[in-house]
Amino acid sequence: MKRSEIDISEKQPASEVVLRLRGITKVFGSLLANDDITLELKSGEVLALLGENGAGKTTLMNILFGHYVADSGSIEVFGQSIQQGSPHAAIELGIGMVHQHFTLADNLSVLDNVMLGTEPLWSLSSNRRSGRLKLEELGERFGLQVNPNACVAELSIGERQRVEILKALYRNAQILILDEPTAVLTPQETETFFETLKKLVSGGLSLIFISHKMQEVLAISDRVAVLRDGRLVSELKTLGASETELAQAMVGRNIELPERKALIAGESVLKLKSVTVKAEEGRPALSSVSLDICVREIVGIAGVSGNGQTTVADLISGLVEPQSGTVELHGEVVNNFTPRNMLHKKVGRIPEDRHSQGVIGDMTLAENSISECYQQPQFSSYGWQNQLNRQRFAENVVSKFDVRGYSANSPVRLLSGGNMQKLILGRVLSGNPQLILANQPGRGLDVGAVAYVHEQLLAARENGAAILLISEDLEELLQIADRIAVIHRGRLSESFPRESISIAELGLLMTGQQKTPTTNNQSTEANAS
Amino acid sequence: MRLEPRTKVPFVLVILAPIAAIAASFVLCAGLVAWSGASVLEAYGLLLKGALGSGFALSETFARATPLIFTGLAAAIAFKSRFWNIGAEGQLYAGALIITVLGTGMLDLHPGLMIPILVVTSAVAGALMLLGPVLLKIHFGVDEVVTTLLLNFIVLLLVSLLLEGPLKDPMGLGWPQAEPVIEAAELPRLFQGLRLHSGLLLALLFSVIFWIVSIRTTLGYEMRAVGFNQKAARFAGMPVKRVMIITALISGGIAGIAGFSEVAGMKGNLTLDLSPGFGYTGIVVAMLAQLHPLGVIISASFVASIFVGADAMSRSAGVPSYIADVMVSVSLLCMLVSVLLVRFRIRWS
Amino acid sequence: METSFAWLEIFLNASFWVAAVRIATPLIFGTLGEVICERAGVLNLGIEGIMTIGAMVGWMAVYQGAGLWSGVLLAAVCGGVFGLLHAMLTVPLGLSQHVTGIGITLLATSLSSYVYRLILPEVSSPPRIQAFEPLEIPGLSSIPIIGEALFKQTPLTYFAFISVVVVAYVLYRTPVGLAVQMVGENPAAAEAQGLNVTIIRTGAVVCGSAFMAVGGAFLTMSAFNAFFFNMINGRGWICIALVVFASWRPGKALLGALLFAAFDAYQMRLQQLVGAEIPYQIFLMMPYVLSILALIVMSRRVGYPQALMIPYRKGER
Repeated sequence: MKRSEIDISEKQPASEVVLRLRGITKVFGSLLANDDITLELKSGEVLALLGENGAGKTTLMNILFGHYVADSGSIEVFGQSIQQGSPHAAIELGIGMVHQHFTLADNLSVLDNVMLGTEPLWSLSSNRRSGRLKLEELGERFGLQVNPNACVAELSIGERQRVEILKALYRNAQILILDEPTAVLTPQETETFFETLKKLVSGGLSLIFISHKMQEVLAISDRVAVLRDGRLVSELKTLGASETELAQAMVGRNIELPERKALIAGESVLKLKSVTVKAEEGRPALSSVSLDICVREIVGIAGVSGNGQTTVADLISGLVEPQSGTVELHGEVVNNFTPRNMLHKKVGRIPEDRHSQGVIGDMTLAENSISECYQQPQFSSYGWQNQLNRQRFAENVVSKFDVRGYSANSPVRLLSGGNMQKLILGRVLSGNPQLILANQPGRGLDVGAVAYVHEQLLAARENGAAILLISEDLEELLQIADRIAVIHRGRLSESFPRESISIAELGLLMTGQQKTPTTNNQSTEANAS
Repeated sequence: MRLEPRTKVPFVLVILAPIAAIAASFVLCAGLVAWSGASVLEAYGLLLKGALGSGFALSETFARATPLIFTGLAAAIAFKSRFWNIGAEGQLYAGALIITVLGTGMLDLHPGLMIPILVVTSAVAGALMLLGPVLLKIHFGVDEVVTTLLLNFIVLLLVSLLLEGPLKDPMGLGWPQAEPVIEAAELPRLFQGLRLHSGLLLALLFSVIFWIVSIRTTLGYEMRAVGFNQKAARFAGMPVKRVMIITALISGGIAGIAGFSEVAGMKGNLTLDLSPGFGYTGIVVAMLAQLHPLGVIISASFVASIFVGADAMSRSAGVPSYIADVMVSVSLLCMLVSVLLVRFRIRWS
Repeated sequence: METSFAWLEIFLNASFWVAAVRIATPLIFGTLGEVICERAGVLNLGIEGIMTIGAMVGWMAVYQGAGLWSGVLLAAVCGGVFGLLHAMLTVPLGLSQHVTGIGITLLATSLSSYVYRLILPEVSSPPRIQAFEPLEIPGLSSIPIIGEALFKQTPLTYFAFISVVVVAYVLYRTPVGLAVQMVGENPAAAEAQGLNVTIIRTGAVVCGSAFMAVGGAFLTMSAFNAFFFNMINGRGWICIALVVFASWRPGKALLGALLFAAFDAYQMRLQQLVGAEIPYQIFLMMPYVLSILALIVMSRRVGYPQALMIPYRKGER
């Protein structure tokens, strides 16, 4: 997207202050999430809140919206001071919030979701007709058409986001907080979304736009506030700000990009041949997916979440089996799809959700470090666990992979996200896997931890592993993958060498459109076979 | 109000939790005792004396604790794996039923062989009772709470049916009761003239065995992993379904042995009032012990002492003996809260 | 007389249908109450105990001289109090709904026995009260079979039918019903819309528990006219199964309870028909076996409240 096209900063003179945060401080346990933050939002303005994961953006907005109570500091909306800790009070004063994880009930209709809490709780009936009219009128005015009777479960991600915005508008929100709204959208959808935001601003709303993507911030905002480690480190006009300037403020230190050696891929390790998997509850379908990954190669799968990435990951993890098509590892067809068999075939798996799949929070680091190999003879003989060997193994992983903060006998749930990921990485790499599935390995981690994960994956590549990297972050893919394929509605595109594809082209593929044929012979051949 | 997990839980707090819960239950039940017109302190004194005051009292208390250790252990094992076995009552009767069939004359061996066989068969009977619910849970997602609860009623009716039919004791003067088990099947008494029997030793043995299994063996490792986070255990390649089935079978088996111990050690024969709710009380025992196999021994003794003490108190102070059930259930609820306070810190703000 | 169609003739007998509706009444109250709790996301296994305390309190109040409707009200209030206790432990504190519910059942059951024994220490055979009389609805009650079954019942049965309609209306047609559904589906969404999840869930559990207690009171005030220990005898657990069978819908709950009661009434008559050929215990097992079968049949159906049994802690990250 080009900045000049979407820039709205000149249209309205920002004047009256509608929102004022003063000295907001919030501590979680030992973590200083927000440190004395003072911030203003002017009428008709788009204020971007920029910062890394864990910089305190969401916490700040959750305080503003009443999900949390600040330890100190005050909030004023339209000159009125707000009672903290009550979303109800925030809504009454005209604040609306579009949460990063949508707060919609899947089994209820759009109208139900929007009207919830708008009528006095104890009225004997619900005026749904006028509710529907108002909803349709709002949709018309802001270009946010959704069928009010549709069940939320049937809606696409983009439509759900519209419902979220409509919820706020329905309650006459004057200030709209958007928490990482583009994280779930394709680049093209993001452009349409920005058009909507412009309509909102011209309709008289003031926006706070939370993001960690600098280009988007530059494209949409009038002013940028940068948070780092819970502190407001910089506040500047967007006009005239540069990406490097913002990046510097956001990260505050230089992160070296991992060195990526040019390597020549070897023989094929994983081969999917028109694999089809039926859809199940919570798991989208795959239709006729073909893919080939070789030794010393990282193949990335890009796509908007919910298009079948989970299913690919579950397939490689051994959690689901295909209805048709074959999966080959080292030329051998896999027949037994269980996690244990995949481990046996030297597949290492880094799961998407560390907390629910990756570790067992209430067990110790040591117990978690062997969770995939506990039945091997050095840990288990005649049904007895060898605790000494387990301890040694864990200590080795902890020191080799730099897991910090707690000893091998502490429960894993205490670890920070980054250290938890290091532990999982250590567990996976200690098994010397020949194929590594890395599903969103950098999600929710700070820049340093992400760099560490990338470094380790590249090192594994150098040592001859084949790596399947699933990510929704296109920059991550372009940084470390050798080839990238795009998944859309369960169909996987052919893969393109990273040099031959741009973000815009990936974006088109992510919406299901075909890339115009290029001179990309190698991968087309691989796919045709 | 917000709950904040404690990063470090002092061991003292873990020990203190059940003590605080029990104390709270005594305080909360004082009003009920007073309502009956008795002096609270005097009544509690009588309770204590009735439970622990003499050799006879102690024997009664530990005899009462024996089945509770079994059922408490059964609940602890299942709950630790997040399998809500509320059917220990039915499993106990299933165990009692099978040894009534085998032990009243069908099998006549040397006690050294007879008793182990009966232990195993009663365990198998109890385990089979849970096989259905665990398979239904795994394959159809049927909530095991309801199935195990309903099975309790079905088993009790089955017992009633058999006690009025094929298993009825011809010498029983028409009462629905089974013939007594033969001498070789009896669990020997521990002291002359007291009801305390060697089933207690069996219960202690199983507690220790299960404690070792839980912390030292590969099966115990798998059971804990499946209990804490089933999804992660499956992802790591553990045989989740198999572990769940094994857990259920062990849990049901131990509850089945409780039936054997009661018939062969305490009552001598199977009646419809063999268990005054040992299966349900086992849940309280397990929770008071924080699901620790050795803790079960202590909490079962405590719960038993309340029951035995309350009987004595009821006789001399006129407080209905149901006060024991009230106190035990109040201490369960208090225990849930105090465990929560051990794990979390409450922040008001 | 042995005719091969005797088992069919049962259905033609009006007293069979009257009995079916009567047996259904406590189940309707219990299932309806449990539907309300579970719709709000809270499994209430206290139901068995709450029905017991309702049965005891309602009966005791009348026995001590209170009016019948005051007895019902008092039973509902006591049920609500135990519901409040369950909600306090499971909603703001987020304790295990399974274990807490069992605890509530143990507490309410033992407390009923204790209080009963305290007030009536000597009685051996349970005394009876002057209970609700059947109330004929003029005109409607003269319709053959159906009229007798539906319109010659005691007031509490009519109250059960009315409750189903009211609860269904509130749940699907009013803002508070929508709020209850939302806290059971996605509490975070309810919170983001400015609703207080804790209060709504607590309210739903209290209200649902009151219904359960009235179901228990029906047994002592409209059916047996006396209080026995263990008189609920698993009816609460059967209601839990019926909730699944009814896919968490009040209308289907009514249907499920009637269907179930019809089976129960039928087996009782069949039992008289076959005499001692089949032991009576086999027939008594049927309701429990049927509940398990209902659970298995309905287990594949989805539609349970998404946040059922998941505690919601405000501001949890």
